[in-house]
Amino acid sequence: MRLETDPYLTRYAQRVQGMSASEIRALFAVAARPEIVSFAGGMPATSALDMEAVEAVAARVIRETGATALQYGGGQGRPELRRALVEVMDHQGVPAHADDLVITVGGQQALELIAKCFIDPGDIVLAEGPTYVGGIGALTSHQADIRHVPMDADGLQVDLLEERLHALAAEGRRAKFVYVIPNHQNPAGVSMSIERRLRLAELADEHDLLILEDDPYGLLTFNGDTLPSIRSLVPSRVIYVGTMSKTFAPGVRTGWIVAPRPIRDKLVLLREAADLCPSNLTQMVVEGWLTSQPWREQIKRFREVYRDKADTMLGALGDEMPDGVTWTVPVGAFYVWLTVPRGIDTSDLLAKAISNRVAYVPGRGFYADGSGGNQMRLCFSYPEVERIAEGVQRLGELLHAELELVTAVYGDDAPQLRARRTGQASGLGG
Amino acid sequence: MHGAGGDGTDGSDTTEGRTVAGSIAVLSGGISLEREVSLRSGGRVADALSDRGHQVTRVDVDPNLIRTLEEDHFDVAYLALHGSAGEDGTIQSLLELIGLPYTGPDVLASSIAWNKPIAQGLYGRHGLHVPDRVTLSQQAFREMGASAAVDRIADSLGSPLVVKPATGGSSLGLSIIQDATALPQAIVGAFSYAEVVLIERFVAGTEIAVTVLDGQALPAVEIQPKEGAYDFAARYTAGATEFHAPARLDPDVLAACEQAAVTAYTAIGARHLSRADMIVDASGTPWILEIDTCPGMTGTSLVPMAAAAAGLDVGELCERVLDLALCDRAGRPPEGDSR
Repeated sequence: MRLETDPYLTRYAQRVQGMSASEIRALFAVAARPEIVSFAGGMPATSALDMEAVEAVAARVIRETGATALQYGGGQGRPELRRALVEVMDHQGVPAHADDLVITVGGQQALELIAKCFIDPGDIVLAEGPTYVGGIGALTSHQADIRHVPMDADGLQVDLLEERLHALAAEGRRAKFVYVIPNHQNPAGVSMSIERRLRLAELADEHDLLILEDDPYGLLTFNGDTLPSIRSLVPSRVIYVGTMSKTFAPGVRTGWIVAPRPIRDKLVLLREAADLCPSNLTQMVVEGWLTSQPWREQIKRFREVYRDKADTMLGALGDEMPDGVTWTVPVGAFYVWLTVPRGIDTSDLLAKAISNRVAYVPGRGFYADGSGGNQMRLCFSYPEVERIAEGVQRLGELLHAELELVTAVYGDDAPQLRARRTGQASGLGG
Repeated sequence: MHGAGGDGTDGSDTTEGRTVAGSIAVLSGGISLEREVSLRSGGRVADALSDRGHQVTRVDVDPNLIRTLEEDHFDVAYLALHGSAGEDGTIQSLLELIGLPYTGPDVLASSIAWNKPIAQGLYGRHGLHVPDRVTLSQQAFREMGASAAVDRIADSLGSPLVVKPATGGSSLGLSIIQDATALPQAIVGAFSYAEVVLIERFVAGTEIAVTVLDGQALPAVEIQPKEGAYDFAARYTAGATEFHAPARLDPDVLAACEQAAVTAYTAIGARHLSRADMIVDASGTPWILEIDTCPGMTGTSLVPMAAAAAGLDVGELCERVLDLALCDRAGRPPEGDSR
């Protein structure tokens, strides 16, 4: 008798064929246990919010406008919220009109709708390497062919992007768009330099490019500085994605897209097909937060919290990491991108890390092409400061022991284990 | 996590003449690397038992475990734990200490099966076919220069080779390598899961699993991944592997496999329920790889398939196992004690 564990198998669309259970995902089930210091999830420090203020805002929404808050809304999102978000963008120097915006269920739905709008199976998307795992998920679920362009400490290597563009043109192909996270990139923790932003904008004009600018972290530079958005440089060539997840709270699931009008119209129709409209309730809570509370002060508070955590992590990395390990030095947001010597595979090592009560995300998750095997993302935004030091110490002990083990197992064939700390001269390491 | 499930009965329930516990703790989760799989097993067991009217409570294994088990006055524990602590005899020892009957093999049998190299040696002594193998500890590499001998592994075992942690399940840390150049990476990878690695000669053939329920073999389940090896993704992605129960083998070969599974079960002194994983080579010889003393009960797991082929649904199977656990409390010696 043949036993079928999935009787629906012949009915699935092609796009789900590659979706399978994953060992790494299973290990994250353990990483969530309190015994483990987890640098894995990119979770904001919601404990730094003024909860009484949030409570007051939410209570007022229900008390004064409950019937509207609990009703359906428009597919583009509430005009009042869109106007408030224009102010948030203005605070960062990103120009937009309220009518250019589509409210989404977090930045992730924005990426999904944009992928759905543009990607046919096999279409090429150029993306930073490494890039946001959720971006890869949204794009690959529409069967995009993601090609990575390397980064270094100044972000996307725009000269290499230009080479790729020429190479594609020579093949008679073009990328549907270029996906970038210019500020405090997830996972690399670096920002694109002003020179490169300007050059990217020029390339967009020269090569008739569309750019997907994903910007969750632009307001989280530790010293409060902001860099010009790509949208501010070439607005007609940019689809910009913003979110309240990092400057307020991910639980309200509020993001937005700013797009040229023809694209915006398509996105509104796609979103109506997907989920009709964003939640009025959470939109009104965010609206209330932005119109009645000192949200700029809250963002300052978040910056301080994350700066302290980053300082702790970077200090501890300097103290604890063995020679041969390199990492990026973020000046904002959540992430450090760490490269270990070849011979250590960070996917394999995760089990041992969890057994040693520390967790990270292995680098391969941030590439569509399987690279990143000797890299990892460390997110410092969520654990308390004391736990960060403790977690880095555990990771340091683990890597010291692993280097010793790898050297012992490989014997004379040890692959490049003696590399010294080399900074960021070429790429992000790896 | 500690939540009630099921609509419950307030005492003993009698099914087909057997007495089944009134209050059942289904233990799953824990901090093992197989936590997620264990939670899935535990969920399926708890649902199946509560569907049959039992009072079931799911209990995660955490630092409050003993207090929870003692305060809630359970009659019996169903162990749906995978990985260290759940399968290596640790939890079994604790449950014996507090006098709570539990399902599956006892402390000694669990700890023997958990250590694959020891268990394989024992199977060999009982006349079973076990693949040629080498075990190497991290210490052997760190302190005794084992890397200088790695070349000889392929010389003596040939290739391909299977490299896996000496303990643990779900194919975690397992690699099948085609030649010796890939050995160091595979060994380092397996060391992420255990202090000792087991390197085996790869036996080509039909992969089967034989469930042994109270000393009797259930129909063998044949495992045929649609692509590549029966790895983690092939195990837990519905539809990724084709199964046949009974396995499509000659009756004589099937009988030999079932006999081998029962012999191995007896050799380690197992009881209640275990699953033997084997490869049947082209000549029909069953090669035993390991026994899982706390086998998976997920939607893609092998034991429920074997039970279904024997006409038992998951709830009935769990009831049988619980009944055996309660009988053992009444004084029945575990298998192997009399040998």
